[in-house]
Amino acid sequence: MLELNHISLTFNEGTMDEKKALQHVDLQLGHGDFLTVIGSNGAGKSTLMNVISGSLLPDTGDVVIDDKQVTHLQEYQRSQLIGRVFQDPMAGTAPSMTIEENLAMAFARNKKRGLKPGVNKKRKTLFKEHLETLNLGLEDRLTAKVGLLSGGERQALSLLMATFTEPNILLLDEHTAALDPSRAELITDITADIVDKFQLTTLMVTHNMQQALDLGNRLIMMDKGQIILDVEGQEKEALTIEKLLDEFQHIRGEKMANDKAVLG
Amino acid sequence: MFVSIFGAVESGIIYALMALGVYITFRVLDFPDLTVDGSFVTGAAVAAVMIVNGQSPLTATITAVAAGFIAGCVTGLLHTKGKINPLLSGILMMIALYSINLRIMGQSNIPLLNESTVFTPVVSLWESLNLSAPFHAIIAWLGIESSPRTWAVIFFALIITLIIKFVTDYFLKTEVGLALRATGDNKKMIRSFSANTDILIIVGVGISNAFVALSGALIAQHGGFADAGMGIGMIIIGLASVIIGEALFGTKSIARTTLAVIGGAIIYRIVVSMALRVDFLETGDMKLITAIIVVAALVTPKLLDAQREKRRRLRKRKEIATMAGK
Repeated sequence: MLELNHISLTFNEGTMDEKKALQHVDLQLGHGDFLTVIGSNGAGKSTLMNVISGSLLPDTGDVVIDDKQVTHLQEYQRSQLIGRVFQDPMAGTAPSMTIEENLAMAFARNKKRGLKPGVNKKRKTLFKEHLETLNLGLEDRLTAKVGLLSGGERQALSLLMATFTEPNILLLDEHTAALDPSRAELITDITADIVDKFQLTTLMVTHNMQQALDLGNRLIMMDKGQIILDVEGQEKEALTIEKLLDEFQHIRGEKMANDKAVLG
Repeated sequence: MFVSIFGAVESGIIYALMALGVYITFRVLDFPDLTVDGSFVTGAAVAAVMIVNGQSPLTATITAVAAGFIAGCVTGLLHTKGKINPLLSGILMMIALYSINLRIMGQSNIPLLNESTVFTPVVSLWESLNLSAPFHAIIAWLGIESSPRTWAVIFFALIITLIIKFVTDYFLKTEVGLALRATGDNKKMIRSFSANTDILIIVGVGISNAFVALSGALIAQHGGFADAGMGIGMIIIGLASVIIGEALFGTKSIARTTLAVIGGAIIYRIVVSMALRVDFLETGDMKLITAIIVVAALVTPKLLDAQREKRRRLRKRKEIATMAGK
């Protein structure tokens, strides 16, 4: 489904600020796998996401989605296959456009855009059906501007927009980090529901260790641009935050910053 | 007096096409495009040269629109592929077009006074059916002595402008149109939904300048000449129209906003023609007047808002004071 082969990426090579963001990263995900990615700031999690989505090009290595080589496809070409939700609730929607117009743009993700009206009766019904699953009452506000929604509502809408056309890969980049705890929980629940419903192959970056343990069937830990821990299935289910921290110390020979604010 | 207002409305309707173009770049695409000063003249120049050389006015006008589209696309290319700042891309294209326009015209001014234009057949058909008569009668009945020569031009221009308005309204709701609007609203988002924002910007700026060139071509044919300097300050006039229209008529929906922009263009023309009737003002003061109108249109709504907010707070404070007094 998703294959990353020997991905390396260095920023500012040859200068004082040189940073090896990714070093020989290999990763294979099967259909329907739900991977959570943890690691401290600067570990390369977001860079990994950006390399998959195409907003960054790797120095070496390649990205393969569904046996299709996509390494050199532009971001907008690749997003035919990829749904994405960003950390910033403002980033995933167009604020001055209505809910139905936003959904119409998301609906066109894997189709060719033409000169037909973006919103029509049939699509409205479809949008309503999908909005109802969020249980936020957004189905009655189809013509409201998205800028008027709260952060939680916008993030729920972003999540729906990224997923309802069933992308081959779903990328979630700390998508609950900017929300208050109760909204974050709501979005986490919706995420679990949607991923389960569509059986999406998902990568989720998070700073919340508990969330990383609760969701998904596989977990990787990154540090200094490398994957240092990779657990799945029953092994993952047996994990706890303490075990994760111990594991990190064991591998790296140093203590991971057990800062509750950062790691939850 | 009536005739000068009539003339202002007439040309305002034609300038409204240019204002719609400015609306597409400034508001929809959030791309402050200064190409307008040049592409307006390009439209006028292409139409004038072709008419003088015996082409049909319709072919000339359509070619002018195409020329404007290409000019806009080049600005879009400079920005997206050349990674040049939008303002600078527009300025560069504007400067380049000044020379290109002179090349197209071969001289700095082409008179069209005795040529037949797109308006000629419309006017002669209109007058042969004597359609102006009822309007002349109404004017006379209202007690206004001087009546404009013909009503054909104003209706013809209105029809063209409204057609362009409705096409714009429809286009901005299509799948491509939605993506275009999102490009101006949230580029990162629409790119993550597989839209090629570079192409959208190039085409969007192209369409905008096609409208501007159409406006230029019609103004040249209406006014009877094309001049290399006729586009100077055009962008500010377009902006003035957009801002005045939005402030006066609102922006509730797209259809409302495009109508507001047309209204703004007409009102701008009326204000200018009124200002020029003031004795101590001269034609050369036009640009200064324009600048003052734009500043006023930008500042006044904010001042009014601030005033309203101040009064609201004062009222709240008084309420609390009286409650405490009890």
